[in-house]
Amino acid sequence: MNDDTIALRAEGLYKVFGRHADEAVIALHKGTPRDELAAGTTAAVIDASFEVQRGEIFVVMGLSGSGKSTLIRMLNGLHDATAGTVDVGGERITGIAPKRLREIRKKRVSMVFQHFALLPHRTVLDNVAYGLEIQGVEREERIARARKVTEIVGLKGWEEKHPSELSGGMQQRVGLARALAADTDVLLMDEAFSALDPLIRREMQDQLLELQAELGKTIIFITHDLNEAMYIGDRIAVMRDGRIVQIGSPEDILTNPANDYVEQFVQDVDRTKVLTAESVMRKPRAVVHVGAGPRAALTTMRDEQLAGAYVVNKNRSIAGWVSDRDVFELVRRGERDLASVIRSDHGAVSKDTALADLFIPSLEASLPLGVLDERDRLVGVIPRVTLLAALGGEPEAAVQAAPRPDPMPTEVVDEVLEAAVGAGAPEPKEAV
Amino acid sequence: MEFRLPIGDWIEYFFDWVDAAFGWFFEGMRALFLGMFDAVLWLFSTPTPWIVIVLVAVGALLARGWRFAVGAVLGLAFIISVGQWDNAIASLSLVLVAAFLAIAVAVPLGIWAARNDTVSKVIKPILDFLQTLPAFVYLPPALALLRIGVAPAVIATFIFAIAPGVRLTELGIRGVDKEVVEAGQAFGAHPRRILRQIQLPLAMPSIMAGVNQVIMLSLSMVVIAAMVGAPGLGQDVMQSISALNVGLGFEAGLSVVVLAILLDRFTASFGKGMGLYSQWSKGRKARAEAAAQARFDAEDATSADVPVTAGA
Repeated sequence: MNDDTIALRAEGLYKVFGRHADEAVIALHKGTPRDELAAGTTAAVIDASFEVQRGEIFVVMGLSGSGKSTLIRMLNGLHDATAGTVDVGGERITGIAPKRLREIRKKRVSMVFQHFALLPHRTVLDNVAYGLEIQGVEREERIARARKVTEIVGLKGWEEKHPSELSGGMQQRVGLARALAADTDVLLMDEAFSALDPLIRREMQDQLLELQAELGKTIIFITHDLNEAMYIGDRIAVMRDGRIVQIGSPEDILTNPANDYVEQFVQDVDRTKVLTAESVMRKPRAVVHVGAGPRAALTTMRDEQLAGAYVVNKNRSIAGWVSDRDVFELVRRGERDLASVIRSDHGAVSKDTALADLFIPSLEASLPLGVLDERDRLVGVIPRVTLLAALGGEPEAAVQAAPRPDPMPTEVVDEVLEAAVGAGAPEPKEAV
Repeated sequence: MEFRLPIGDWIEYFFDWVDAAFGWFFEGMRALFLGMFDAVLWLFSTPTPWIVIVLVAVGALLARGWRFAVGAVLGLAFIISVGQWDNAIASLSLVLVAAFLAIAVAVPLGIWAARNDTVSKVIKPILDFLQTLPAFVYLPPALALLRIGVAPAVIATFIFAIAPGVRLTELGIRGVDKEVVEAGQAFGAHPRRILRQIQLPLAMPSIMAGVNQVIMLSLSMVVIAAMVGAPGLGQDVMQSISALNVGLGFEAGLSVVVLAILLDRFTASFGKGMGLYSQWSKGRKARAEAAAQARFDAEDATSADVPVTAGA
């Protein structure tokens, strides 16, 4: 609860449109459903509370009419809150004088709009410099800064064009650049990518994540697209009928939906893009230390009935893997050092890798796919059955999966087949 | 048995009272209107007609192009040839003064109405009233308060013509994309700044349509205004009615049409990007932007020279 790490805090926010708003808030607080309010009174946001950490991408997700646009407009005072408070960077912005509110908007919070909201009569550069102009930055300097940001968003060479000459994706880049140029800590993005076509949208999402990694802004992102929310969000708040029904990480929401609504909502999400290696990995059954001799290694593998095992260094970082046959040779020859047979092509992946990117490595790995943390330590493995089970939505199923039976030795089968041919049985079909 | 609401009496009492209480105010108003009218009339009547025609033609060329310039010259030559020049410039002066006053009041009023729902709700029925009340009805009280001549004509024209100016200004500003206005707010711009930098420029086509309508309605009052003694083309039309002089009526009437077409085309071209002037200013702006872009690109190329060979 350290205030320094919290960029924005909303507490008990209500927004009621229409007459008798205050009475409606009291009624809602007592638990009256919003469709039982008096006629002409609409509750857009009901009792919303959340905190956004510095440098976090906080996504508010909900269908149209869920109140998410109203919510984001209360975070910079475009809508007055009917009840509740909003603090930006430790400063209360609800119920303050318009002049002070404008100051906060200039310096603390900027916004990107769904339909770009560019000034059509100004050039790209002047649009990007708009926030700086309002802040009172001198023309020379604001043009210089605007040019830098325009270049960052990839619009170099378009500075003197007008918005109408740009495609939708480029226009939204201008919108993003305008918000970035204002150099505020908090960035509000209201369905910023919803009006773009899917390919451009994905491109913009990637660009946003890149910029975020570089600039470390606090971003509050509104969307109705769950896949988008899962892709860019560090945390997601799911809204329904004006209420926040769940706040959690994408994996949280996917694996522990708070209620039937969220569950229904997430059932269409592409799990392979959201779930990461970390969320499906198992403890490695056997790990061999570099220092341990061939005999110890072979014993471990025999006990666990494995054909190979990962080898780790003293600090548990991965060194490679060994196969039981190689180690068997070493033991037979009486060597005491494992180093000569350690293979480095372990193919292990980082624990943040999305499930979708695990399939090929999993096929290529000789052992169950290794999973490494940020310091290259082996923290888990993913057997192929586990990967399949996770796809099916029930990772636990992998535990019950029976080991695939080994085929019978070829010579035994041949023997039986030959005997059958001798007895005049029909020719067996060629095996695949 | 007979019941009659003495509205007429009340209104008469009211105007008598206004005249008694605010006579000094209306005297001042009369002097102001007369002064403005005389100044504009002097402007048009001092040079010989041909100089005026040449100036109008140049203006037409700049505003819309050569076709309109030729049309303007032909139209004005027609007015001279039927001997209506003096009447025409008197009417034109009256229209310009009344329209100027109407626009000066209508645009701020429209802006206020656009920003304040209560003002909008109060103004709306008043405008309806002004627009639908027969134009003749304004004349008697104007006559009573301002006496005969130009002044009552100006005020009657003003009242008759103001409505579309207010309405179209309000409509234009309310019609500005809400998100763009929100963008101004979200970056912390002062409401006045949003008005100046966002709402007015984006509402300009609608406001100019309002200006055009105000001028056209003013012109349509010209003939009626003659009934309270305003000089101009209306005088000859009135005379043609009383004397059943068909020829004179048409001469004056066609002159009104010429003025109407000229004024309409002139005001309709404002802000539409037609004519030489806008071509010239557009070209200048485009050149300035192209030059700035070229400078940026050149700077980028030189700075890119150092780490990489200037490829792109």
